[in-house]
Amino acid sequence: MSLLLPLRYLSGILKVYYSIVCLWNDTLRLITSRDYKMSQRMEVDGKTALKRLQNYLNNYYFRKIVYSIVTLFGISILIFIIARVLPGDPARLALGPRAPEDVVEQYRKLLRLDQPIYVQYYYWLIDVFHGRFGLSLVTFRDVLTDITEFLPATVELIIFTLIIDIIGAFSLGVLSGRKPNSIIDNSVRIFAYAGIAIPSFVWAIILQLVLANWLDLLPAYGRLSLGIEVKRITGLVTIDSLLSGNLIAFGDAVAHLIIPSLSLAIGCIAQEARILRANLIENVNKDYVLNMYAHGIPGSTIFFKYALKPSMIPTVTIMTLDMASMLGNAFLVELIFNWPGLSRYGITAMLRKDLNAIVGVVLVIGLAYTIASIIIDLVVSYLDPRVRHRR
Amino acid sequence: MQKTSVQELKFIELERKIKRENWRRMWFRFKKSKLSILGLSMILVLLFMAVFADYVAPYPSHAGLHIAFKNAYKPPSLEYILGTDMYGRDVFSRIIFGFRYAFMMIGLVLSLVAPTGVILGLLAGYYRGTVIEAIIVRLSDIFISLPPLVLALSIASILEPNIFNAMMAVSLMWWPWYVKLTYSMTVSLRNEPFILAAESQGASTLHILFKELLPIQLGTILTKVTLDAGWIILIGAAISFVGLGAQPPTPELGTMVSEYSKYLPEYWWMSLGPAAGIILIILAFNLLGDGVRDVFAGE
Amino acid sequence: MLLEINDLHVYYKSYWYTLKVLNGVWLRLDRGERIGVIGESGSGKTTLLKSILKILPQNGMIPRGEIRYDGKDILKLSGNELSKIRRKEIGMIFQDPMAALNPVFKIKDQLYDILKYKMMIEGHNPSSKELYEEASKIFSDVRLPDPDRVLESYPFQLSGGMRQRVMIAMALISAEKLLLADEPTTNLDVTIQDQILKLIHRLVMQKNLSTILVSHALGMVYQMTDRVYVLYAGDIMEEARTRELFSHPKHPYTQLLVASTPRLSSVGVGEGIKGKLPDYRNPPAGCRFAPRCPYVMDKCINTKPGKIQVNREHVVSCYLYD
Repeated sequence: MSLLLPLRYLSGILKVYYSIVCLWNDTLRLITSRDYKMSQRMEVDGKTALKRLQNYLNNYYFRKIVYSIVTLFGISILIFIIARVLPGDPARLALGPRAPEDVVEQYRKLLRLDQPIYVQYYYWLIDVFHGRFGLSLVTFRDVLTDITEFLPATVELIIFTLIIDIIGAFSLGVLSGRKPNSIIDNSVRIFAYAGIAIPSFVWAIILQLVLANWLDLLPAYGRLSLGIEVKRITGLVTIDSLLSGNLIAFGDAVAHLIIPSLSLAIGCIAQEARILRANLIENVNKDYVLNMYAHGIPGSTIFFKYALKPSMIPTVTIMTLDMASMLGNAFLVELIFNWPGLSRYGITAMLRKDLNAIVGVVLVIGLAYTIASIIIDLVVSYLDPRVRHRR
Repeated sequence: MQKTSVQELKFIELERKIKRENWRRMWFRFKKSKLSILGLSMILVLLFMAVFADYVAPYPSHAGLHIAFKNAYKPPSLEYILGTDMYGRDVFSRIIFGFRYAFMMIGLVLSLVAPTGVILGLLAGYYRGTVIEAIIVRLSDIFISLPPLVLALSIASILEPNIFNAMMAVSLMWWPWYVKLTYSMTVSLRNEPFILAAESQGASTLHILFKELLPIQLGTILTKVTLDAGWIILIGAAISFVGLGAQPPTPELGTMVSEYSKYLPEYWWMSLGPAAGIILIILAFNLLGDGVRDVFAGE
Repeated sequence: MLLEINDLHVYYKSYWYTLKVLNGVWLRLDRGERIGVIGESGSGKTTLLKSILKILPQNGMIPRGEIRYDGKDILKLSGNELSKIRRKEIGMIFQDPMAALNPVFKIKDQLYDILKYKMMIEGHNPSSKELYEEASKIFSDVRLPDPDRVLESYPFQLSGGMRQRVMIAMALISAEKLLLADEPTTNLDVTIQDQILKLIHRLVMQKNLSTILVSHALGMVYQMTDRVYVLYAGDIMEEARTRELFSHPKHPYTQLLVASTPRLSSVGVGEGIKGKLPDYRNPPAGCRFAPRCPYVMDKCINTKPGKIQVNREHVVSCYLYD
């Protein structure tokens, strides 16, 4: 009986979830099938409000966003199920073996663990729509409050990483693709193998050891040195320090960012540089490049215009996956560098089995990943007209 | 009667010969790249060390809980190749036992994940437009819409922290990628003439799935399996590093890096040793994977 | 003499082997003359044209030979002189316009660049208005309607015929003296093939261009050319005036080629002949056609036959006529 119960919950939730997805799909299909014919006819009449609405609904990105939101709720269900279905009492796990029974019982009530799982989920969902992710066990505050506090540090780290990643990947890829099998190309290739084989938490340890401890070039931990303080405006220390005109703090913040960002970026740089190089070498021999040579157009124009743009498409496409590994590795890197960001908050929550916080963090990271992949999609469709027209 | 059977025998013989020939050609193509040979031999050596760790490791008893404070914090020397840790255990011996966990993780995860994912992907692709497809595809979409490491960490965090559950978390996170791969390949193959022909001749669904659709995709799947091995190590080590996987004194490589990194920067050899072990094993599988990809890409 | 090619060898090097594609090709072309190069797919016709413009892929190399264009060896020209020839004098129509037009740039971007650099070598830096006018003029030459739409389109938005017209327009910009046409109709529908063929024919006549037409469509070659070279596996097998070649082919390969083509308009050439093209990694030492030749003799296998003059304008490379 006790074994069958969770299975019944599981199937119940799956059924609800599946019917939502089906309903959504049917609605979309209904709208889009009528829409296509209608929009063509309406082109003559001019845009009506209805058509504009349908166009929005039919838009690739709109559909993608809505689908991702549905999927994100799927994730929350998933984590709910895993947490409740697996053996062990979440309340007991969270409070530890030494907590008195009545406290555990109280916490169980608080999490509504005494009610069926779909009831729990229902209440959680209602809470989320009211902007509450539940109480965190670590900070005893609402998870959303915590998230808004810790998110900026992670955003800053990821943005800085992306800047390093893009500059590094494109310069290395172009350098080695320009002159294949040269010394530069071979050293880039060795670097690429190292970059891919060495996980970023190992890079973090190595860079910290070498750059911070042995050479003493950069600070090893944290976001700012002791004694330097910046008034919180946006939460991004670099921007806040610039806004308040504190250049010393700005320099300090950037110095603190370098090693963590570098250790997050190296793997991505290696991967992207390798793909860019391979594509450049392939495209340089394509007929459409030779055609430009046949018309006597200077080699550098051909390389940086006609060969580089098509080669960038697969490189940018792969950045979705790199973004995923970046967001994942941020958990470890923030832990190593004691970076007061969302990921470190998430790790603390995970180690403490703080369920509400885990779900909140995972949802925010999922949302960030979705937004990032939509942006990358937009860039790809900007670069590739074929993709733009297919959508 | 006699004649047909002889002919049949000849046919079987010929088929075998072609198969042998194919293997030979693949091996030849693989052999051409020195790096993939290097990767393969590295894996074989590491595997040998992992299997016979009890005989290869200089101090087999140092793998688990072993305390000899008089030997603690010794830098690399002839006696202790990679130095000793805070309890006086030989880091090198522990790394060798760490390889054992690494290979266990690869073996378990891949043997769970690849068949499950491939079968689900085949089903979803074959039953296109039905409830089966919808459920499988939506479910794997949910898993894929999170960064893999984040998902693995959050699954692991809910489970008891030990090495087996870390493997479970990695497996739970990994199968949708195989679904995605086989699903897209199956969908593109679904309406090929040879599948339709087999269907019209009344071939069973099982036959079509496993004798017609699967063999064509095997090369791609095998390539993914080899390329994935390195990633599995990475994710597994990451889970343990955070503290959600294997717990000390288990000589798991990620756990060791995490345990020893508290003694940085003074006792750097302690964390760099296991880190190098992780790098070595990932590098080996990446080199091998590149070779395998070249073999199947040439077809 | 506008163009003279002597003993041209072209190799493609890869990591593990070398493809010895062209094996001492010779060819000459007078001013205003139109010649054809025929042969089955993979016999090195495209490589020949690309080496005239020195636009071989990066792994291509020319170990031996000379390409004399207007008295100068193209292979030894300086960068400036070469780009002058590429921009103003020789134009090339590529085989597959879909592959030869950059998929991620508008026609405008590519065409304007070509026009701009050509005008720059004439000492004139054109404005975008001039470029537009020039482009529309060329488009009307190749009978492309609605230049505004074509200029703003990406290659994949145009039909096959339109793409080929754009390709021809591009080639015409550069081809003031010599037009190289690499199978200009193979990738088109049959109905459009004829239009394109007529278009090229008209333009060539109008501008009095010297032309090298490479094709395996014998009918097209028959209609458009004065003289024909037969290329097989990187060797010139036979050279003759067009009518002579088709009515009295001398080389066994040409005989089979002409015989295997039921009607002159047919496309697939060479499929009727038994056997396959040789392996370029390790080509036959003697005549490269020897393994497929019905009249093969001992000496064919070991030594390559030289040029043998059959009559005043008919050269064949075969021991049968020694």
